[in-house]
Amino acid sequence: MTAQLADLTPIFQDVLDLPSLELTRESSGNTVEGWDSLAHINLVSAIESQFGVRFALGELQDLKNVGEMVDLINRKLGS
Amino acid sequence: MTSTTLTAADIIRSGRRLRRELLAQQGLHPVRVAMLGGSTTNELCDFLEIVLLRDGFQPTFYQSEYGAFFDEAVLDTERLIAFAPDVVIVHTSVRNIRCFPAPEATSDDVAALVDSELSPFREVWRALTANIGCQIVQNNFELPAHSVLGNLDASHLSGRVRYLNALNAAMAADIAALPRVILQDIATLSARMGLVQWVDAARWFSYKLAHTPDAHLEIARSLSSMFRALYGRARKCLVLDLDNTLWGGVIGDDGVDRIQIGRETAAAEAFTAFQEYCLELRRRGVLLAVCSKNNDEVARTGLAHPDSVLRIEHFSAFRANWQPKHENIQSIAAELNLGVDSFVFVDDNPAERALVAAQLPAVAVPDVGNDVTRYATIIDRERYFETVGLSADDLQRAAQYQANSQRASVSAQFADYGAYLTSLEMVAEVDAFQPVYLDRIAQLTNKTNQFNLTTRRYSLAEMQEIAANPASVTLYGRLTDRFGDNGLVSVVAGTRVGDAIDIDLWLMSCRVLKREMEVAMLDALVDRSRAIGASRLIGHYIPTPKNGMVADHFSKLGFTQSAHGAVDTGTTWELDILGYTPRCTTIHIKRYTP
Repeated sequence: MTAQLADLTPIFQDVLDLPSLELTRESSGNTVEGWDSLAHINLVSAIESQFGVRFALGELQDLKNVGEMVDLINRKLGS
Repeated sequence: MTSTTLTAADIIRSGRRLRRELLAQQGLHPVRVAMLGGSTTNELCDFLEIVLLRDGFQPTFYQSEYGAFFDEAVLDTERLIAFAPDVVIVHTSVRNIRCFPAPEATSDDVAALVDSELSPFREVWRALTANIGCQIVQNNFELPAHSVLGNLDASHLSGRVRYLNALNAAMAADIAALPRVILQDIATLSARMGLVQWVDAARWFSYKLAHTPDAHLEIARSLSSMFRALYGRARKCLVLDLDNTLWGGVIGDDGVDRIQIGRETAAAEAFTAFQEYCLELRRRGVLLAVCSKNNDEVARTGLAHPDSVLRIEHFSAFRANWQPKHENIQSIAAELNLGVDSFVFVDDNPAERALVAAQLPAVAVPDVGNDVTRYATIIDRERYFETVGLSADDLQRAAQYQANSQRASVSAQFADYGAYLTSLEMVAEVDAFQPVYLDRIAQLTNKTNQFNLTTRRYSLAEMQEIAANPASVTLYGRLTDRFGDNGLVSVVAGTRVGDAIDIDLWLMSCRVLKREMEVAMLDALVDRSRAIGASRLIGHYIPTPKNGMVADHFSKLGFTQSAHGAVDTGTTWELDILGYTPRCTTIHIKRYTP
């Protein structure tokens, strides 16, 4: 199993309550409305339960955008 | 109403949409909630908002800065006071305990430590009570995630488990003496869930969140049940099916000798245990009723079974017939003078549950399944019957409703209603608010929705102020009759305005409807008002979705509608009392005797 941008989109749409949100690899907290630090906690929880992965401490703080998030999930799924 | 199960994952994934949809409901009750946290409280507030919205409240939140519960309650209080909360929740956890006993601690050391650990909390409760006078919810502590001493942690003087139990006991004793503070028991909540599911250290280190999402949902649900209790929205009556709910088998088919109840088989024991659970609820003031598809006579033999824990006299209403269950539930509601929104319906048959849930959406219909061993757990988890205190009236309530049923049967024999009332040999104790009754007066005032002219809510402290104000007229009424004591059932309070007494509050328990108790209260109100020189009474009716039954209250008592009454906010009424003569003929009125 690998994670695609298309797998993350519905999670972001639900958590942020933005049904027509389009994600790109470049989407980030700066470009997506409502993606604040509190929504971020919910996004992480929802992604963890969807993909059955768990992020380590600090792992997410260095991520710049959704693209890097997809890559990180795939590294976890591959390992 | 709240029976569809909501998970923490649902709220995380769809919380914003749920919130938007729930906010579109009509008739939500606004509440201002301040969350003073020892940890990050955003997630708990998000969860609590959803749960409260589902319970009919519309909360507006104040959140303290992270960990600043003490500072914002005691030192830097301006922002909190300006917010004017109805309820302050002091949400702390075992993470907020500053100091644990050293390995060599003596019992005096531990006692001193308990005292010093509790002192900032005492300071918080004192400051909130003095500065704001709101309701305060304080949680106790869950046990620590680790026990370094193993089993010894619970018995050694320096053991953390032993220390936390001592701390919780001391906190509970403190809070029991503080009328404005109620204890939220997260020690039990966490034990029920399990500490492994309760905390996630990574969330603490990353976000300073003290609990897991699942734990936050349980905490929110427990808080919401407290709100329901505080605002008079707790359920009051458990309506029970009989066959395969209170006993195993179908009594009409199997016969009373073959039903499963008692100690002979595993199933019989399980039904007995469920009956014992229902009886426990009744002992603390929850009413029980039967709603069963059965022949009445046959159904009664089941409750006369020698092993049946529940007896016919434990039920405040009994319907065993072939009418649809939702119709029976409505007739039980009418008999008990309760709204169906105070009912919980338990039936093993999913078709009956679906019918009642569809026809009477205000009735709580838990999905109890058909396994009797699970019924009590499922009912208990919903916290339908939460209460913030057990008054003497709660403990007597079931007996009072019992007596009501007898009264109803007596009334059937009288052609003349006045003759029936006289036969009840009623005695009312009516007097100004007395300190011994203030708890009950505040409780009745805050939970009465139907016979309530203004639906104004008062805290205990506000009640004390009114009682002490020389420009106020206050009255409570207790009613006794030949079947028993109905307890304190009516409250009236007014303020002197010029030559008139303006009636701020007039309410009565529906238990004593149609007993002329309101006339007895009017007689006393006129008497006290004239004694302080008033010549008129001014009354107000402020309509709510629940108080339609008193729309014509003042008109029935001979008041005339005043020309100045604002139409949209209710009606205003006046009564000249200079020539008033006492009207109550069926109730003997006496004053308070200590």
